[in-house]
Amino acid sequence: MSGTSDTYLGMPAFPAAARDAVRNETLRENLRHATHTIRDKRAKAVAELDDWALLRAAGRDVKERTLRHLDHYLLQLEESVTAAGGTVHWAADAGEANRIVTALVKQTGQSEVVKVKSMATQEIGLNEALEAEGIRAYETDLAELIVQLGDDRPSHILVPAIHRNRGEIRDIFAQRMGSWGRPALAGLSDDPAELAEAARVHLREKFLRAKVGISGANFMVAETGTLVVVESEGNGRMCLTLPETLISVVGIEKVVPTWQDLEVFLQTLPRSSTAERMNPYTSMWTGTTDSDGPRTFHLVLLDNGRTDTLADEVGRQALRCIRCSACLNVCPVYERAGGHAYGSVYPGPIGAILSPQLRGTGSDVDASLPYASSLCGACYDVCPVAIDIPEVLVHLRERVVEGGEVTRNGERVTIKPAKGHTAERAAMRAARWVLDHPGALRAGQRLASRTRRLHPKRLPGPGRAWTDTRALPEVPAESFRDWWQRTRGGAR
Amino acid sequence: MRVALFVTCVNDTLYPRTGQAVVRLLERLGVEVDFPQPQTCCGQPQFNTGYRHETEPLVRRFDRAFADHEYVVTPSGSCAAMVRDNYPRIGAKAAAEGRGEELAEAAGRAVPKTYELTEFLVDVLGVTDVGAWFPYAVTYHPTCHGLRVLGLGERPRRLLEQVKGLELRELPGAQECCGFGGTFAVKNAAVSAAMGADKVRAVESTGAGAVCTVDNSCLMHIGGTLAKKGSAVRPVHIGEILAATEEEPYV
Repeated sequence: MSGTSDTYLGMPAFPAAARDAVRNETLRENLRHATHTIRDKRAKAVAELDDWALLRAAGRDVKERTLRHLDHYLLQLEESVTAAGGTVHWAADAGEANRIVTALVKQTGQSEVVKVKSMATQEIGLNEALEAEGIRAYETDLAELIVQLGDDRPSHILVPAIHRNRGEIRDIFAQRMGSWGRPALAGLSDDPAELAEAARVHLREKFLRAKVGISGANFMVAETGTLVVVESEGNGRMCLTLPETLISVVGIEKVVPTWQDLEVFLQTLPRSSTAERMNPYTSMWTGTTDSDGPRTFHLVLLDNGRTDTLADEVGRQALRCIRCSACLNVCPVYERAGGHAYGSVYPGPIGAILSPQLRGTGSDVDASLPYASSLCGACYDVCPVAIDIPEVLVHLRERVVEGGEVTRNGERVTIKPAKGHTAERAAMRAARWVLDHPGALRAGQRLASRTRRLHPKRLPGPGRAWTDTRALPEVPAESFRDWWQRTRGGAR
Repeated sequence: MRVALFVTCVNDTLYPRTGQAVVRLLERLGVEVDFPQPQTCCGQPQFNTGYRHETEPLVRRFDRAFADHEYVVTPSGSCAAMVRDNYPRIGAKAAAEGRGEELAEAAGRAVPKTYELTEFLVDVLGVTDVGAWFPYAVTYHPTCHGLRVLGLGERPRRLLEQVKGLELRELPGAQECCGFGGTFAVKNAAVSAAMGADKVRAVESTGAGAVCTVDNSCLMHIGGTLAKKGSAVRPVHIGEILAATEEEPYV
């Protein structure tokens, strides 16, 4: 786990965390309301485009082609960013990325930074790393602010505070804003406009004071070295343009070859994520420009397991992800379990395939994530870059139960199966033998039929999970096989 | 026309009446039905849990069992989807592991001949009115594999709409998973049960006396949830509805 944030170390496996979440009625109602609202809006926004299927295929193809030649496009990007006056740093893992960013901030002599919402910096635990070095990072995205003030963790890629309702947000603002900066006015209500105004006033003070901004990026254009952030609030643009120094931490898979490629994603991303035709703010920056925007620009290119993921022929499609979160909003499992149960900054279906690849399947939570799905396929249906999430889930399940060859830190290694599957594997092997011997299957069916009156209504062991909430089907007096034999006399 | 019935292990063992209904239905439509004895299971539970290698003998078995038939009909959307979607993957992975083309070839033979029941009726036989009689209010749950992997679309509904006496009731949130998901139902029991409870609530809100699907696996979960809460709604496989007539009614 050396290369990864330890924020989520020690998380329980998904089923245990999900069980607690399912019991939390408020959480379930918050999530149900939010995900259903956004999924319905998304469906309408997508239906407006008669070439959606083509856009989806084009997005998939651009990403696939780029990933196949990732080394080429990254070097081209480095050259373009450098030529435009920026400095490029390469970070192999989270630790290295955090060291680079911390050193860059220290060079400026500052002890506080403002941040644009960024999945990459959450993935590496940058805020905690900065804190340890005496640097305070202020989140400026409204939802990230709610999470940060509430001493909480994000639970959604796009709407990090989706698990909170208005009343809870009001309480967090009223109680916590004062200890982070400008306090909320007395008598703050849970009216959305009032809450937004409280956040605006609180944040404005920080934007005007900060000398260093830290961002991620949705895309990086190799041909010009341009980085792109799409957002709804404009807070990101303030972070990108006001501070003197801008440090962008971006996963290497975010590169696209040309400006023309952006055209596809600027149509599919907003519609898939916020169900908007176009997001309100699209900010683009290329190196530095005299008397406009930051005077110093650093790009930290983050690997942190991505090259290893790229080496996996089935799993690599997860790197196409543009973090739209459409898969979370349609996922029946996410809707009930909530984002925290996934033990990762990437929750939901994409998190269930991305986290165990970036971090490996060594921990309990990572070994359980590929099973956090009923394989219903709704995520694949809505994915704007056509990631076949169910295919990757099953592929990773095989890795968990069978082990096998994977790439770790650039080397092919053979991993052992995750612990806790011994009995299951034995049962599967026994089942294979029975199912490959129809006579044995028939004997088993006959035994079950003869003893049907003795079958318990409640099962012991793993089967109890079934009978706690569901009645078992009754075993019939005669299997189909025997009925056929009896009535058709064994004719084919 | 002669077809092979792939009854599936779940139907064979737990729901033989579905298999019997499908035989009755197909024979009524003038189709000669065979039941090749060497068939057992498509391998879906093993494959979806991560035991791909345990599935391989079953791919070979499926290929051998149905070698003589041009059409294989199965009353299970998820088993048809297993053959259609995953057999080629199993074949391709075996080939990539340097174990030859044998499994890929077996998959190549299995895929084009395998039809889910409603697909076979509508696409191959070209019928939507199968002469059925089922005088009850019914709601239809389009299972995930039927809906998204096989793309059954309106086929099951078109068949149900032609059933005499049947009143089709719209199911709210029909496209949402019931929460079965094979071993998911046990590995993530809490979430599975919550999904099942919501599905059952939606089913009951229609006021229908029966809920039908193209897959007894989903019905086992939905029906088990209904039974546990003492609901009067009955789970019925679509094949049993289509097989029922005034002369031989559903009992």
